[in-house]
Amino acid sequence: MIRVVDVHKSFGGQQVLKGVNLNFTTGKITTIVGTSGCGKTVLLKHLNALLLPDRGEIFVDDIDITKLRQKELYAMRGRFGVLFQGAALLDSMTIFDNVAFPLREKTRMSEPEMRKKVEDRLDQVGLEGMGYKYPAELSGGMKKRAGLARALVMDPEIVLFDEPTTGLDPVLATGIHQLIARTQQAFGFTGVVVSHTIPQVFEISDYVAILADGVIEEAKPTKEFQASQNPVVQQFIKGEIEGPIRVL
Amino acid sequence: MLSLLTHTGRFTLRQLSEMGRMFLFLLSAIFLAFRPPAKIRLIIHHIKTIGVDSLSVVLLSGFFTGMVMGFQGYYSLRKFNAESWLGSAAALGLLRELGPVLSAFMVTGRTGSAMAAELGTMRATEQIDALYSMAINPIKYLVSPRIIASLIAMPLLTAIFDVVGIYGAYLVGVGLLGVSSGSYFSGMESSVVFNDVYSGFMKSLSFGLIITWVCCYKGFHAPPMATGVSQATTESVVLSFVLILVWDYFLTSVML
Ligand SMILES: Nc1ncnc2c1ncn2[C@@H]1O[C@H](COP(=O)(O)OP(=O)(O)OP(=O)(O)O)[C@@H](O)[C@H]1O
Ligand SMILES: [Mg+2]
Repeated sequence: MIRVVDVHKSFGGQQVLKGVNLNFTTGKITTIVGTSGCGKTVLLKHLNALLLPDRGEIFVDDIDITKLRQKELYAMRGRFGVLFQGAALLDSMTIFDNVAFPLREKTRMSEPEMRKKVEDRLDQVGLEGMGYKYPAELSGGMKKRAGLARALVMDPEIVLFDEPTTGLDPVLATGIHQLIARTQQAFGFTGVVVSHTIPQVFEISDYVAILADGVIEEAKPTKEFQASQNPVVQQFIKGEIEGPIRVL
Repeated sequence: MLSLLTHTGRFTLRQLSEMGRMFLFLLSAIFLAFRPPAKIRLIIHHIKTIGVDSLSVVLLSGFFTGMVMGFQGYYSLRKFNAESWLGSAAALGLLRELGPVLSAFMVTGRTGSAMAAELGTMRATEQIDALYSMAINPIKYLVSPRIIASLIAMPLLTAIFDVVGIYGAYLVGVGLLGVSSGSYFSGMESSVVFNDVYSGFMKSLSFGLIITWVCCYKGFHAPPMATGVSQATTESVVLSFVLILVWDYFLTSVML
């Protein structure tokens, strides 16, 4: 269980998170939606303490990660897999080495075993035979998938996905959603997905939360969320110009 | 008046805290360098990049510096009828001063700026965040190996600069201006003592540290955008140059 309690975060004078409260249930997938620039990535980066809140607490299994010492913090981060919005592959090494990187650095896995695991992961995201390429030689969607393979390669307990399907074609997006659902069922990780691919992402989500104006406007099991009468939720799901969310 | 005072105060505080952060950055990089596992492969890789990147500019600048020293040394020494001391003058100048400082400048321009740009880009494209999120300390992974590599590569490059420079001065002095070859080398042999070589070595070692420290720090903390990276690169080169000269003065005065 991850609990976000009253988290505030500002950059310069700009208040991005204004008291976020949200729980993530262990072994379930929670999707966070919200308008572009509302602070979803910022919230996600708080969950493994890449960013620290100005005020508030974040509990992972009742440990307040905002107060951890360096060593404990690294151990805690080892439980997470992260897919960054821009994939964040290390561009000095090939795709294969990128996916193998956490295994090489953090485990004592033998070379053939590791090779097999990395190739399996690359196959799963549809990048078979692409391992020899460098990140700069891949399309945006391919980078995203390589990032996904890297996020899952350590079989983490908790996985953070920042827009796993943005920039992918609809067929591939469905494929990635299925991959997330399948691996989630196989390994039982706690998933946090930030996504704009609505409504398809709802099919793999157990819970949905909407971030608006720096707070969680609504957080519910997926079915109830979709049926919610909250005007913010309705406007967002339908993508309407008129409503409480101000655009442009 | 008051606003000027607060302004100065704030500026001073900012500079001081920046210096503190830089120092802590260096300490943690050195501390982590000694913590296992040692990144031997990365260190070798960086020695190779620093060496290969900078070798050609070091060779070229060493050679021309030596040739200029041949001319200038000859010109001044002839006023005292002491042309035969050209070898000793060139060697002392190169070993103690010009070799370490100029090759450090070359390495800053060639490799230091590239380090700052590379780390700055890694910051901007979240690669440093990605390392953190994989529970890998980016200072240990990115900075410590570069620091060790520069401590090894910098003295070697300086030595190459010195040798090439001495031959450059030889070429001009003996080949062009007619100083006798025997006196060029025997003068050098009789006047260069161990301390000259040692002080040059210590200088090149500390310049190597300064360059990687400053350039990695600036790149590591670059604002995550293109202008941030370019600004960090410029700042790292300028700051390295200044620190090299200041530290050089300090070392020279201590080790003379
Ligand atoms: N490191 C930072 N420094 C300053 N401001 C930042 C930083 N990171 C994020 N912000 C600001 O915080 C706000 C939220 O950014 P964030 O990246 O979380 O948006 P997002 O909800 O993920 O949007 P998108 O859906 O487009 O990815 C933005 O206005 C951004 O300018
Ligand atoms: Mg985002």
